[in-house]
Amino acid sequence: MQQIINFLYKNSITLLFLLLLGISLTFTIQSHSYHRSRAVSSANAVTGYVSEQINNVEAYFGLREQNEHLAFENAQLKRLLYNTQDSTARPPVTVPNELGTFKVIQSKVIINSYNKQENYLTINNGAKDGIKPDMGVVSSQGVIGYIEQTSNGYATIISLLNKKFRLGAKIKKNNHFGTLIWNGKNTGFAQLVDVPRLATVIKGDTIVTGAESTIFPENIPIGTIEKVYIDKKTNYYTLDIRLFNDMTSLGYVYVIENKDRKEIEQLQQATTNE
Amino acid sequence: MNSTVLINIFRFLALLAVQVAVFNGLNLFGFLNPYPYILFILLFPVNGNKAVLLISAFFLGLFVDMFLNTGGPHSVACVVLAYLRPTIFKFSFGISYEYQTIKINDRLSPERFSFILISIILHHLILFQLETFRFGMILSALLDTLYSTIFTLIICIITIYLIKPGKQQ
Repeated sequence: MQQIINFLYKNSITLLFLLLLGISLTFTIQSHSYHRSRAVSSANAVTGYVSEQINNVEAYFGLREQNEHLAFENAQLKRLLYNTQDSTARPPVTVPNELGTFKVIQSKVIINSYNKQENYLTINNGAKDGIKPDMGVVSSQGVIGYIEQTSNGYATIISLLNKKFRLGAKIKKNNHFGTLIWNGKNTGFAQLVDVPRLATVIKGDTIVTGAESTIFPENIPIGTIEKVYIDKKTNYYTLDIRLFNDMTSLGYVYVIENKDRKEIEQLQQATTNE
Repeated sequence: MNSTVLINIFRFLALLAVQVAVFNGLNLFGFLNPYPYILFILLFPVNGNKAVLLISAFFLGLFVDMFLNTGGPHSVACVVLAYLRPTIFKFSFGISYEYQTIKINDRLSPERFSFILISIILHHLILFQLETFRFGMILSALLDTLYSTIFTLIICIITIYLIKPGKQQ
């Protein structure tokens, strides 16, 4: 017994080191292992609050750019509005609010990250505003990512620039599907893989979100085709997609809730179980 | 409670604040960030309590991890650096370093320079390998390590020079 205590006392620093190393390594490996598994994230009151204060200051320097974005978006919405037959008339089919499938929550990015392999963003709205994991996040220009973790007042987003990110996307013109991933190299480009060879792909075609996603509504813009690679081993195209969003400067974003998501997923699960 | 303890607490908070507010958002050339917050571990008193250093290094890394959404690599790198600090001291300053009065935040001598450089390389090596965590990306992580090391080194040395030696410690 004496010897054990002596041993522990003598090596207390090493043991403490091993303990702390073990804890932090566990955090690290967990964070890399699978989706929504991170123990340490910025979705908590302290880091959220501090980052929000820092962002409040930094936001002043980007006000002009933000205004331009908003004006551009307004112009687009006006274009839609004026091109309907009568801009004051209500839409022909009046869908009651409660029946609409998608709910939109406005929010703001307070921590942006784009120089790692696994990038996460933090926004200043959380569970108390109705944000839940696996909701889609878009900006006026296109897809940004989806919600990973939420705390009361903050939420973290798996960015499109994250190697864990997967999204069903399609070529707008001919509805051919592929999977959107990021290869970790360039912040301006993502990759659309597994596009069948019989699809006609032309440089400059627009890529939008697919219909099979339960997170995003269909036809949200992602980017344009920049380069086409043919994979010799498989019979698929790999496309380089130039993103519409500048992921290095993000301000206001919209969180999209699909109210039917649970129903769809339950149905899918029930079908595959049989 | 004496001034050394207070200075170290202040240093912990100040370096963390500067790291979070300024250096994390720097992104020089789009990808390059320095991590001068490890100065806390480097400037910790040579004969100070090792357990305190280990624990505070762990929390320092953990906070940086939280703000960067990285999940854990900073705390691993900090804990390893704090644990191996005496070894690096021995390597840089000679075997009997504990009996000399070493001041890291003093004019730059070859010994001090080598101590700071080795510490930064060690920290960044662990940090970037754990951050990418992929065998296929080892090379690019090494390149990141190299660039970031240079950047951190410059900022660390500037910081040490700016904070007047003699006033601290």
